[in-house]
Amino acid sequence: MRLGLVISEVGQGLRRNLSMVISVVLVTFISLTFVGAAVLLQMQITQMKSYWFDRAQVAVYLCTEFSTVGGCDQQAATPDQVALVQAQLESETLAPFIDTFYFETQEEAFARFQEQFEGQAVADLITPELLPEAFWVNLIDPTQSDILVDALGGLVGVESIVDQRSYLEQIFAILNAASFTAIGIAALMLVAAALLIATTIRLSAFSRRREIGIMRLVGASNRFIQTPFIIEGVVAALIGSVLAGLAVVAIVQFFVQGYLAETLPLTSFVGLQDALLVVPLLIAAGAVLAALSANVAITRYLRV
Amino acid sequence: MIRFDEVTKVYRGTARPALNGVSLEILSGEFVFLVGASGSGKSTFLRLVLKEEKPSTGTIHVLGQDLGRISSRKVPYFRRNLGVVFQDFRLLPNKTVFDNVAFSLQVIGKSAGFIHEAVPDALQTVGLDGKAQRYPHELSGGEQQRVAIARAVVNKPAILLADEPTGNLDPETSGGIMALLERINANGTTVIMATHDAGIVDRLQRRVIEVIGGRVVRDERGGGYKTQATPIVTQGFGLGDAR
Ligand SMILES: Nc1ncnc2c1ncn2[C@@H]1O[C@H](COP(=O)(O)OP(=O)(O)OP(=O)(O)O)[C@@H](O)[C@H]1O
Ligand SMILES: [Mg+2]
Repeated sequence: MRLGLVISEVGQGLRRNLSMVISVVLVTFISLTFVGAAVLLQMQITQMKSYWFDRAQVAVYLCTEFSTVGGCDQQAATPDQVALVQAQLESETLAPFIDTFYFETQEEAFARFQEQFEGQAVADLITPELLPEAFWVNLIDPTQSDILVDALGGLVGVESIVDQRSYLEQIFAILNAASFTAIGIAALMLVAAALLIATTIRLSAFSRRREIGIMRLVGASNRFIQTPFIIEGVVAALIGSVLAGLAVVAIVQFFVQGYLAETLPLTSFVGLQDALLVVPLLIAAGAVLAALSANVAITRYLRV
Repeated sequence: MIRFDEVTKVYRGTARPALNGVSLEILSGEFVFLVGASGSGKSTFLRLVLKEEKPSTGTIHVLGQDLGRISSRKVPYFRRNLGVVFQDFRLLPNKTVFDNVAFSLQVIGKSAGFIHEAVPDALQTVGLDGKAQRYPHELSGGEQQRVAIARAVVNKPAILLADEPTGNLDPETSGGIMALLERINANGTTVIMATHDAGIVDRLQRRVIEVIGGRVVRDERGGGYKTQATPIVTQGFGLGDAR
């Protein structure tokens, strides 16, 4: 009896306030979609970080005829100098930190360059002589590139020592900024959603003030009076969160997996199982948000 | 049953107390008229009994409970012992007579079985057994007030508070309502009724508590609406109030 009564009250409330309910649905839908996108972006960043940082190498570039920086004086590194660098890399001081390393000749560097910039104008301007020879080093702990800089930085014939991680850091900083922007927008929208839910519930309570007045008069418990309103807010927000969940799944399925993954086949992207992990999070967030703001709104309405 | 000890009520934002140092006791089974000019504090008295308002100073006991000590969570359960009727009926226009009365039982969690026993019973008490499926707008004012009374007594409250229940009704219909309230009182329910209707008070010869400007100026068993002395006092206070 009581449950049936509560359900019918909720249904009435939702129907009576249809336009407000729709706006609650839309606002929670959009704000939670942003939350979902931000979470997925963070997942993507973490995934890419572990993938790329593991593969990030330190390049020890050697001098070319054209270089003037570092230990270079417009002279290509001599075979002796190359051998010295190699000896250092194999020495007892450095070897414990190094997983593997290999030497790249100018021709190999050129071939890689051509492949990387295929079809772009710069590929035609570059000749093998312009590109430095290099030792490519994989460190056991990729964060310790400073050791190489200290040990090899001053050597004659070494132009520069570059940690690829520094490039990656920049890319990830940009991605991070994007995901924080999404989180910021999501937070603002969530505030709007919470306020909108509170307003909707107050409006709903106002349109049922006769019933509420009688319920209080005859001694209906506060919880009994409040529950239908809270459920009303939660139902509206749940519709929005389910839509947001669907949107997140659709974005991953059709945009990330369908478009991005085909366009950039070498990068691994977040997949459907990641999206399905986010969906319950969104639904729970929507429900909790609505329950809290509806609860505060109806409690305050009934107190005055 | 109901005891006021030096109760003063000053509404927030007003300077003059709506009730001023009221002490009185109402016993179980009494029928009490609360009379006095408009604004004298009759409704305030009833709201205090119902714990819709709390006194600024003084203590109120109802049914053996100190109202100041009832937590706001327990107030609804306290109110289940009281029935209330108003001048404007306060029925739900989109519910039938039956559902209006049933609603007050549903929302305090009574079972469907209980409701189907109690509601027809209450409707019979107020003389509306044939009109259970009507809507409020299909009833006369007197009949609507009977529905409100049925709703107030369906849960067999110990106390019935009535705030000008005949205020909107013609004398004959009022007479019917009063007969009903007397019958309810005869069955053991304490009835407290605020009213302006001198004819009714004079005819019933019950206990009369007269309030002027928030003070009890007369508490008389078997009294009428006015004694010889009070009109002068009322006038004096009335002029003072007008400022
Ligand atoms: N909620 C309130 N806030 C402020 N003042 C109030 C409030 N309710 C009543 N009052 C004031 O308290 C005084 C007593 O009001 P009350 O309603 O108790 O009078 P009453 O005797 O019931 O009058 P009536 O016969 O017109 O119904 C009045 O001066 C009124 O203006
Ligand atoms: Mg009044």
